[in-house]
Amino acid sequence: MSKLELRERFASIQRESERRNEEKNKESIPTIFIVMSTCGLASGATETKQAFEEALSEKSIKARIVPVGCLGHCYAEPLVIIDHPTAGFPPICYYQINADRARILVRSYLEGGDPVLKYVLGAMEENDLIPAVMDFPRFSLEQRLVMEHCGHIDPNDIYQYVAKGGYSGLVKALEAEPEEVIDLVEKSGLRGRGGAGFPTGRKWRIARATEIDDKFVICNGDEGDPGAYMDRTILESNPHQLLEGLAICAYAVGANRSIAYVRAEYPLAVKALQKAIKSAEELSLLGPSILGTSFNFEVSVFQGSGAFVCGEETALIQSIEGKRGMPQHRPPFPVEKGLWGRPTVVNNVKTLSSVPSIILRGPEWFRTIGTEHSPGTAIFSVVGNVKHPGLVEIAMGTSLRTLIFDVCGGIPKKKEFKAVQIGGPSGGCLPSSFLDTPIDFDSLTQAGAMMGSGGMVVMDEDSCMVDVSRYFLDFTQKESCGKCTFCRIGTNHLLNILDRITKGEGREKDLELLETLSKDIKDGSLCGLGKTAPNPVLTSLKYFREEYEAHINEKRCPALKCRTLIAYYIDLEKCARGCEVCVGCCPVDAIFTTKGRKKAIDQELCVKCGECRSVCPPEYDAVFKVSPPELAPIIERPPEEKKESKKSAV
Amino acid sequence: MALYNDGVGMAPSDLDHEEWEMIQDIKVLLPGFEKHRGNLIPILQSIQEKHSYLASTAMEMVATHLSITPSEVFGVATFYNQFRFHPPGKHQIKVCLGTACHVAGGDIILENFERKLGIKDGETTPDREYSVERVACVGCCALAPVAVVDENVQGHMQPSKVEGLFVQFQIEREREEREKAEREASE
Repeated sequence: MSKLELRERFASIQRESERRNEEKNKESIPTIFIVMSTCGLASGATETKQAFEEALSEKSIKARIVPVGCLGHCYAEPLVIIDHPTAGFPPICYYQINADRARILVRSYLEGGDPVLKYVLGAMEENDLIPAVMDFPRFSLEQRLVMEHCGHIDPNDIYQYVAKGGYSGLVKALEAEPEEVIDLVEKSGLRGRGGAGFPTGRKWRIARATEIDDKFVICNGDEGDPGAYMDRTILESNPHQLLEGLAICAYAVGANRSIAYVRAEYPLAVKALQKAIKSAEELSLLGPSILGTSFNFEVSVFQGSGAFVCGEETALIQSIEGKRGMPQHRPPFPVEKGLWGRPTVVNNVKTLSSVPSIILRGPEWFRTIGTEHSPGTAIFSVVGNVKHPGLVEIAMGTSLRTLIFDVCGGIPKKKEFKAVQIGGPSGGCLPSSFLDTPIDFDSLTQAGAMMGSGGMVVMDEDSCMVDVSRYFLDFTQKESCGKCTFCRIGTNHLLNILDRITKGEGREKDLELLETLSKDIKDGSLCGLGKTAPNPVLTSLKYFREEYEAHINEKRCPALKCRTLIAYYIDLEKCARGCEVCVGCCPVDAIFTTKGRKKAIDQELCVKCGECRSVCPPEYDAVFKVSPPELAPIIERPPEEKKESKKSAV
Repeated sequence: MALYNDGVGMAPSDLDHEEWEMIQDIKVLLPGFEKHRGNLIPILQSIQEKHSYLASTAMEMVATHLSITPSEVFGVATFYNQFRFHPPGKHQIKVCLGTACHVAGGDIILENFERKLGIKDGETTPDREYSVERVACVGCCALAPVAVVDENVQGHMQPSKVEGLFVQFQIEREREEREKAEREASE
């Protein structure tokens, strides 16, 4: 089979894709793109789509509705992009379009030609009428490489991916020798995006060198970090890019079989991937003798059953083999002896999705993005106390400050930045003095955090660092597989100590104990889970020690978060006579009326949910939170009131 | 208190019919899977997908099919968070306790559900109307705190919204009962 034939076969697919594109343009009817990934659906994209359909048929307007993947702008969901070619406007991106707004858009814009400026986020292209989204920092400071096409194409339509240059990387790879492909990846300096940052090219070369023929490639999509969802987004929004990367990897290392390991909790991603595999097979871009070459490659999807530790490659392999997902000793490394004893390359979703563009545009181009030792981009799911949470793809080397304050808009409600937690349960909390740290593998590790899989939680002054550490330990303790004693029992001890500190029962020696125990767990554990589990404790102890001390010595939570150490009370001076707002919302009937017809909280009944504080009208703002709880003034509940409330409860 | 929170224990007698159905189903399902250890998790997943939990007899049947001991099947099934061993309630409530939800007070939301229903996380109410569980992260962090009620994601939860959800359930139930009564009366 000559290179010419291979190119000719692919060219016919490209022509078909062009033909379909032209056909659509010829019609010149409006196209409505609706973001229908998990976060879009959670915000009500299904209702939005239904409303569009109903409104269009009521008014008998012809328009195409295209469900697309995620743009990463979670704060603005449900997002809708309307391309109305005859209205004289560029394609416009609308934010927070619920069913009612969808109907308004149909009536005003599609029927009346008025683009309803108040719902507009921005135009998708530069123009003279509407500010373009590319002028906003949330768009312009991002550099999209892996997520380039996410949200712009229909994930279920392979031709749309081909139209964006998709699968050209695979064709280029197939024209070259496998070693040449590995050379390109090695030269690009691509490092594993799963967190550890191992050079991808080197991994492939080792796998290539093994003499066994039957090899495996596994795509690791077991994204278990709470608060990280970039792998899911890529799988849902552009599964073909991953499949292309997977095929290139398999060709380079000499594998014919691959397993995409995706969490069962991501049903939409599983479906999108399965569908993508099928349509790629139909076009002979996967399956037996791809595009007529001698390269056979099949991909199957394995649904991970939910165990954080399975993100570790040896545990993941155990899990595919139908066993408990417990990490194994390395060496032998999976690249030498992995799934069913065969050489196995395990790569993260983001790593594999970076590959096609490296092959297509060359390693020199890839190296122009990012830093010398960490080329390329990083994807973070920035959540917590920021104005514009969502998925952000930035060039490596960008500072944390730029990411949090410029791209994501900083801290809302005029609050102070306190800390940023990077890398999920294995990462660390960094204070404001580290905001100028560049984001790359080495700088973050040096600072005590880690790249991890890309979860980033921004915390404002109301977050208690002891409580956050306790939260992560609670998670890792539950997810420890139980193999290593230090991890199994040590994390439990850490959790118990943190638990008692947050309850105001901390002891003087506790902080030292936390430190020695953390060190022992790190030393005595086999896999990454145990080795990194104490990180949140260690970093928060290092940078926020005074908070721990306040909990232990003064029984006080400075951030007013730990519920045992706080109390709510109503300031009788500020409380308005006759106002009953807080009474109705209290889930435990703890609020009663004082003799002066004002309200007070029965501290014995109060569960400290804070609902009264959030509903108290701002003009009174009478509910206060204090720590330690003894600071709250005690107001006795009148005895007859007690009886009454009982009666009403019955 | 909840009846079915005893892990891998046998299901109570009133579930026998359900279990019987599950067994009949598995008899049809198993021959479709090759007798290969790698199929263990996919088999368990497909049983749970249809019946929303794994009864112990079901796991024993899987063990026989794959020629491994039941304890190995139990060991694998209990290792993973996905599998449950008691039937869930009619309305499933999942409270997200991912990092963003935690920071936004997800534990308070969970507590409200627990208090309202009188059960703890991972349990089902005795009338099998509701079950409550905590989940690690549903990936809607921008909407934190989040609860998933019957597959509908409820964002920006508050204790009063919890109350509101139950009022909604109550209204729905009353309407159903009324309609049922009307139907019966007309018959």
